[in-house]
Amino acid sequence: MKKETDMARLATKLILTASLLAVAACGKKEVADAPPPPVDNSTGTEVVDTGVDNVPVPGSQGDFLAKVSSDRVFFGLDEDVLTDDDRATLDSQVGWLQQYPNVRATIEGHCDERGTRDYNIALGDRRANAAKSYLISKGVAAGRLTTVSYGKERPDAVGSDESAWAQNRRAVTVTLG
Amino acid sequence: MTRFRTLALGLCATALTTVSPLAAQAVSPPSVSTGESGLSVDVTDESGDDLVIAVPALATPQAVATPAGSTEALGRQVAEVITADLRNSGLFRPKGPDSVRGITFGEVTAPAYTYWRGASSEALVQGFVRAKGDGKLTVGCYLYDVALGTELTRQGFDIAPGDWRRAAHKCADAIYARLSGESPFFDSRIAYIAESGPKDNRVKRLAIMDSDGANHRFITNGQSIALTPRFSPDYKQIVYLSYIGKRPRIYIYDIGTGKQKLVTESVNQTFSPRFSPDGRFILYSMSVSGNTDIYRVSAAGGGTPQRLTNSPGIDTGGSYSPDGSKIVFESDRGGSQQIYVMNADGSGQQRISFGGGRSATPEWSPRGDLIAFTKIGGGFRVGVMSPTGGGERLLTNGWQDEAPSWSPNGRVIQFFRSSPGRSGKSAVWQVDLTGRNERKIPTPLDGSDPAWGPLLP
Repeated sequence: MKKETDMARLATKLILTASLLAVAACGKKEVADAPPPPVDNSTGTEVVDTGVDNVPVPGSQGDFLAKVSSDRVFFGLDEDVLTDDDRATLDSQVGWLQQYPNVRATIEGHCDERGTRDYNIALGDRRANAAKSYLISKGVAAGRLTTVSYGKERPDAVGSDESAWAQNRRAVTVTLG
Repeated sequence: MTRFRTLALGLCATALTTVSPLAAQAVSPPSVSTGESGLSVDVTDESGDDLVIAVPALATPQAVATPAGSTEALGRQVAEVITADLRNSGLFRPKGPDSVRGITFGEVTAPAYTYWRGASSEALVQGFVRAKGDGKLTVGCYLYDVALGTELTRQGFDIAPGDWRRAAHKCADAIYARLSGESPFFDSRIAYIAESGPKDNRVKRLAIMDSDGANHRFITNGQSIALTPRFSPDYKQIVYLSYIGKRPRIYIYDIGTGKQKLVTESVNQTFSPRFSPDGRFILYSMSVSGNTDIYRVSAAGGGTPQRLTNSPGIDTGGSYSPDGSKIVFESDRGGSQQIYVMNADGSGQQRISFGGGRSATPEWSPRGDLIAFTKIGGGFRVGVMSPTGGGERLLTNGWQDEAPSWSPNGRVIQFFRSSPGRSGKSAVWQVDLTGRNERKIPTPLDGSDPAWGPLLP
């Protein structure tokens, strides 16, 4: 999770410096209709090989992933309680969601494979709602957020060990344009 | 729609007193037990001393081509299916057409007892496949006690040639029922989920098959996750969970029309659907802001869902007692998943599982005498307990054995077994109540969530 956060931060830095260049670089087909290139106030010169074509549009899911500390929070076995780390992660999501008040999001609840199918669908719903409730408590309008539980159907890590299970017990925020 | 007709009892008055194979075209179950035989098997017997049954290829009076093959070939195939059914029940040691000699049409009603005694067979199944003028087939089968030289039972069916496997299952059912004293179960179907693809992106398709894995058919194409199917009691519909539109909701799929409809409109996720024994109601679970309860709604559509549980926590699953008066379900209201029973209107909820660990996915036996469930604790195992709690007995010991489903006669349980790790797979398995006879059901892909339907109508 630490690693994930560091990577996200690095990506954010690169993307911030690259984003303005990207806007100019992306208008390939309809050059005549493209808005005038924005003024580039950044130095820009440090940016190399960042995959300019993949630089996310502000307000997009890619932008969300780049700017929040993580798109997901993690839970203990058969738990739906948010930890301090989880709340910090969700706070970063709140910041982004407030920056883009027209963006809706769905929160996907997931479980590890050590629960039975139906129960895990219910448990995943609990986890998604724990994250949703926190976001709402921090000022995100309830109407912008939906939840869906995948139970144990969509693990992120495919192993059958403690570390894989820990990664799979999660609630993931996915923005919806 | 497949129709079976058990030939009228009245027609067989002469057949019972003649050895003419021609008369054998009119066959029927005996109205009373023949009673004399010492042959029987005990489904609770764990001795492994299985009854030896010879099952030669069914004879045909004349090899006639049918859309399903010649009557001669069908006679052999029917015997092979009967042999497999009997073997898979775990109660018999059948010797099929590959290991016993063939019989003539004339022998069908006049067994060569002396020969079969010499061949160390205790019981003998003989029969015939005969083409009728109307394009149908008559399949007759007879069970004999070799030592006593007596007939124990007979059955006959008029079928379309394409339904020959059903005739075989019904013959096997007649034999199983006569020798074990139990109700039949082979002539039934399974709904389940066919699985393929990587573990983190499994394709899960609704599929159906016969109880032995034959006549397999995919129903959904795998674009959306499908889970937890259940047949309606008349086999006309399947209720299941689909993630169509990335929303987990319950649909009723109509097998005849290929169309499906939502069971209930809700912004909340709905899952864990179950038919009532009379097919009039569907139980399901709905999550509202993290709290899951069990509801009941008319299967015909319309009407307001009735909420049956209201505890804070996860109440889910659910399975009716055979008479429809009670429902067994699971709840974590006490802190961990345990099994509870309530009246069908939601009243009188009480916990019945106290065996330690967590207990989930209860399913009431069609006989009413047992609850099958998943025991959670260092893995999943399938077990049974009394409907009043207690008498807990674990039947399997895989890494994860989950979600039991009862055979129509309440003597065999199917479940799915998963293996661990990134290449982990799941398959449909079955076990009998002794725990001794366990086997994998053959499926074209991996399988999970088996749901065994009732005896076919």
